[in-house]
Amino acid sequence: MAAPNRPLSPHLQIYKPQLTSFLSICHRMTGIGLAVGVLFLVCWLSSAATGPESFARIQEFNGSWFGRLLLFGWTFALFYHLCNGIRHLFWDAGKGFEMEIVNRSGVMVLLGAGALTLIAWIWGYSSMGAL
Amino acid sequence: MSLRTPLGRVRGLGSAKDGVAHWWAQRITAVALIPLLLWLVASLVASAGMDHAAVKAWLSSPVSATLMILLIAAGFHHAQLGLQVVIEDYVHTEWLKIASITAVKLAAVALAVSGVFSILKIAFGG
Repeated sequence: MAAPNRPLSPHLQIYKPQLTSFLSICHRMTGIGLAVGVLFLVCWLSSAATGPESFARIQEFNGSWFGRLLLFGWTFALFYHLCNGIRHLFWDAGKGFEMEIVNRSGVMVLLGAGALTLIAWIWGYSSMGAL
Repeated sequence: MSLRTPLGRVRGLGSAKDGVAHWWAQRITAVALIPLLLWLVASLVASAGMDHAAVKAWLSSPVSATLMILLIAAGFHHAQLGLQVVIEDYVHTEWLKIASITAVKLAAVALAVSGVFSILKIAFGG
């Protein structure tokens, strides 16, 4: 076995920051965040299955500023991971590897995830009658 | 005794020893999750701030309950496969790596079963 203290690639202190590596790191981080999100979804479902009181409690948390911040973060993480995941599926099919296209699809992923997040939240607030 | 040659037995399996099964399962669950998650976000957003009765009514429909169970199953499978890769990349102490992956896989199964049970309980009358 190799010694565990060897330098790892990518060496983040030396590598120049690039859109591609930044988006790749974001894909992992949003993936980890969404794993926590699906855990929260199970909490939400099981509190709904427990009864009206426990469900009211979790809905109260979701309505608090911290709950909304978490839900907003999960919404963006979800749409980012979904859009970038589709980008990955194109790569799996062997398409879109040219540097120009990789950078353009990266920007599209960021814009798409941002737009979908905003649409979801505007739609959500308007369906609550808050707009 | 197998009649397959040694080369035939290992061909396509690569250094992971189990071929592309992990990679392929991650892609299949990813594709399944695209429509399922769009459906979930649209359902939750369209009835934002649902009370308990509204959630019961929503998950009592066979279509919603079925889609929700599929989402939980595909979601936890996908999450568990992804977290496994993250652990394999960053945890280099062998016992800790195996312990973490085992914990993630067991937790994923337990939480998925808990989620499915909750959905069924709501669907069959709270």
